[in-house]
Amino acid sequence: MTQEKMRINRRQFVVGAATTGLGLSIGFAIPAASQQAFGDNKKGPLTPEVNAWVVIDADETVTIRIARSEMGQGTLTGLAQLVAEELECNWDNVSWEYPTPGENLRRDRVWQSFGTGGSRGIRGSHQYVREGGAMAREMLIAAAAQQWKVDAADCVAANSIITHKPSGKTTSFGKVAGLAGTLVPPAEVTLKDPKDWKVVGKPKKRLDTLEKLTGKQVYGADMMLPGMLNASIKKCPVHGGKLISFDAEAVLSMPGVKSVVAVGDNAVAVVASTWWRANKALDALPISWDKGENVNVSSASIDEFLQEGLTADNTFVGNKVGDVSAGLKNAAKTYTADYSYPYQNHAPMEPMNATAVWTKDRCEVWCPTQNGESALAAAISASELPAENCDVHKLSLGGGFGRRGAADFVTQAVLIAKTLPGTPVKLLWTREEDMLQGMFHPVTKARMTAGLDDDGNLDALHMRISGQSILATLMPQAIENNDGMDPVVFQAMAPEGDHAISYTVPDLLVDHAMRNTHITPGFWRGVNVNQNAIYMECFMDEVAHETGQDALAFRQKAMTQHPLALAVLNKAASMAGWGKPAEEGRHLGLAVCKAFGSYVAACAEVSVDDGELTIHRIFAATDPGYAVNPQQIEAQVSGSFVYGLSAMLYGECTVKDGEIEQQNFHQYPSLKMAKMPHVETAVMPSGGFWGGVGEPTIAVAAPAVLNAIFAATGKRIRHLPLKDQSLA
Amino acid sequence: MAKLTVNGEIIDVEVEVGTPLLWVIREQIGLTGTKYACGIAQCGACTVHIDGRAVRSCVYPASSVSADQKITTIEGLSDDGSHPVQQAWAELDTPQCGYCQPGMIMASAALLSSTPNPSDEDINTQITNICRCGTFQRVREGIHLAVEITNKSATKA
Ligand code: FES
Ligand code: FES
Repeated sequence: MTQEKMRINRRQFVVGAATTGLGLSIGFAIPAASQQAFGDNKKGPLTPEVNAWVVIDADETVTIRIARSEMGQGTLTGLAQLVAEELECNWDNVSWEYPTPGENLRRDRVWQSFGTGGSRGIRGSHQYVREGGAMAREMLIAAAAQQWKVDAADCVAANSIITHKPSGKTTSFGKVAGLAGTLVPPAEVTLKDPKDWKVVGKPKKRLDTLEKLTGKQVYGADMMLPGMLNASIKKCPVHGGKLISFDAEAVLSMPGVKSVVAVGDNAVAVVASTWWRANKALDALPISWDKGENVNVSSASIDEFLQEGLTADNTFVGNKVGDVSAGLKNAAKTYTADYSYPYQNHAPMEPMNATAVWTKDRCEVWCPTQNGESALAAAISASELPAENCDVHKLSLGGGFGRRGAADFVTQAVLIAKTLPGTPVKLLWTREEDMLQGMFHPVTKARMTAGLDDDGNLDALHMRISGQSILATLMPQAIENNDGMDPVVFQAMAPEGDHAISYTVPDLLVDHAMRNTHITPGFWRGVNVNQNAIYMECFMDEVAHETGQDALAFRQKAMTQHPLALAVLNKAASMAGWGKPAEEGRHLGLAVCKAFGSYVAACAEVSVDDGELTIHRIFAATDPGYAVNPQQIEAQVSGSFVYGLSAMLYGECTVKDGEIEQQNFHQYPSLKMAKMPHVETAVMPSGGFWGGVGEPTIAVAAPAVLNAIFAATGKRIRHLPLKDQSLA
Repeated sequence: MAKLTVNGEIIDVEVEVGTPLLWVIREQIGLTGTKYACGIAQCGACTVHIDGRAVRSCVYPASSVSADQKITTIEGLSDDGSHPVQQAWAELDTPQCGYCQPGMIMASAALLSSTPNPSDEDINTQITNICRCGTFQRVREGIHLAVEITNKSATKA
């Protein structure tokens, strides 16, 4: 940690040099990381690198470059562990930095993707980041060997020290790093056998904790630059609507107000000396909107639209085995139930924001983003400047959950900055704007129909999904090549792969009647696994109950060909004491699924007294293949229950007159301490594959609890959220 | 011009009527550790101490704080991150994204000064901050650990 501080201090020094040239007079302190970012933009890397992933200072500080974004999920530390493992450096000296997406472009995408979504941070880059670490190690060894004039094959590296085995001579990484960086990288490297890992797989402390405890961590919303102005924005509250006009004169004389500007064709912003003043003026600004053709859409009309899809003829088929109509016809018993899932906002604690400065030949953006490269693309397009004249500097994210994969706020910030050439402008959304202009968890409904044989085996299953496709709105080109089908709709119900169904059903059909609305959908932590796992896992519980079977035994029968999913299910059940007499008044519920390449299960223990639900404990099991940092996986699993149960208990955004109705946390609550169950997590890496951990567990949270609620009350909750439904 | 005492320093600020303390702290004094997340006293991200008491600064008019009242922000909770709550949080790696954590830490520190050994029930009723990352389990453990850390240093002293 002292090492990290040293690096930042050196950067501050550079900034001092860089900023004094601009003749600033500023009345406030610039947070260290803002300075750091500002410095980055003026100078290149301070110390020559060994390679793109590794910089080693003479004082032995090892700076590992991280391309993906840290938003709480711990990917930064996990990725650093992977590089450090192969590098053989002293973990205590490890620090980190973000390269910029502009630098990535200039260097032929040497860091590859900056995208941080789909729980892909580690599983999508483990191979090449480890190779980066291994190559740097080989170059450091080669440099030492060259200096000693010995054969590199006789040298080894461990703990930042290189030893020449025959003579016992040693040197350190910091002493040879400069030379190492000039050598030709090896063409090939061999990665370590996982059984030899010393840093990976260990519960290392996060590299980014201390700054978060003292208020020093700089989030996008905290960005300050010399001479910076602040903006608050309102976009047409009906998605797709347009700005007609606004009366700037009404607010221009308010304290601190500099300007009122149209942003694109659908938003207006006030720019002022402080954000508070900008926002006050925005509140007072008379605005007229063309709300467009969707102004009469309501939750009820959307519901009707989706309901029709449950029996529609025209569908996309996501998974088909055997002949489901024959299977259902021949079944000894059939059973049907309908489910639904509402719109939800991501609601990260830090509202959307971006800071931009534009001149006719340069555009720089500082922002919290889950995808530096799409933020850069937005900056290039909005600035109307050549790509090489633009760059984006990533700042800490106060949560992302999928929302910050989009770059709408970057486009807005650049458009505003363009009206004030040379002046940095920070755009910060209000919570209300963040709620209205979300990219919402899509709405869907499902009709589940099961056919069972005489022995109560699940012989046939039809899952009809009706509802919105994320890709159809956000990436229409991706589904065009697929005859209009959105494969993401079928997550956790797919025939194979990262989101494969966890059961074997002889006659199976999962199909989708696509019903898109004007509400902008988005990738919401867990994405379509969330509702699909509720539909499937609650329905499995229903069918087991209807046929007088134990919910665990019924699942086990259909999971013999899914041993890893079965293993996590069995583990969660046994941790909870499934099948043993429970404490008076306590009831259990199960759920399992495969998502984002990992196998996850949960067993919830609840009680319901006079209609009052208490979620006492949750037992969770996760098999991510390789567990890079078990204590961070535990944190993700425990946090996933907060996110998933907030959604189950309260998460609903409704539509009235075409607008989202919920504007702040009083209308869109989140689970708090008093409702937090105790979570016990089993991390059980079986090896041989790399699964994600940031998202999968969300999906088992709600169904496990809903099934436990049924066990406690005999009530089936098929429509979320729970908040307005009686359990009495 | 008004005077505020923030983290032991007397600072001159200009406040229009109705400006919440949060925005004076963030934009005029330049201490950005105190966060904006809801602006309507729902989430606790903006929690600071006024004379040791936890206050949601986003709805607290700056003009109602007098110069002799002591405002403490996360930056002033300790000189070096050594407050027992900060130590406990470091030990347990409590923060995820960390955005809610200054508020969470200030609320926890205020709880511990009024209730030195809080029960789980005390924690449930007193810690009402929102954390979308869902750090509650480690926040609860952290509060109990902070009690231990405080007691240990008291016996040493
Ligand atoms: S910002 Fe003050 S309580 Fe949320
Ligand atoms: S740590 Fe991210 S909101 Fe609490």
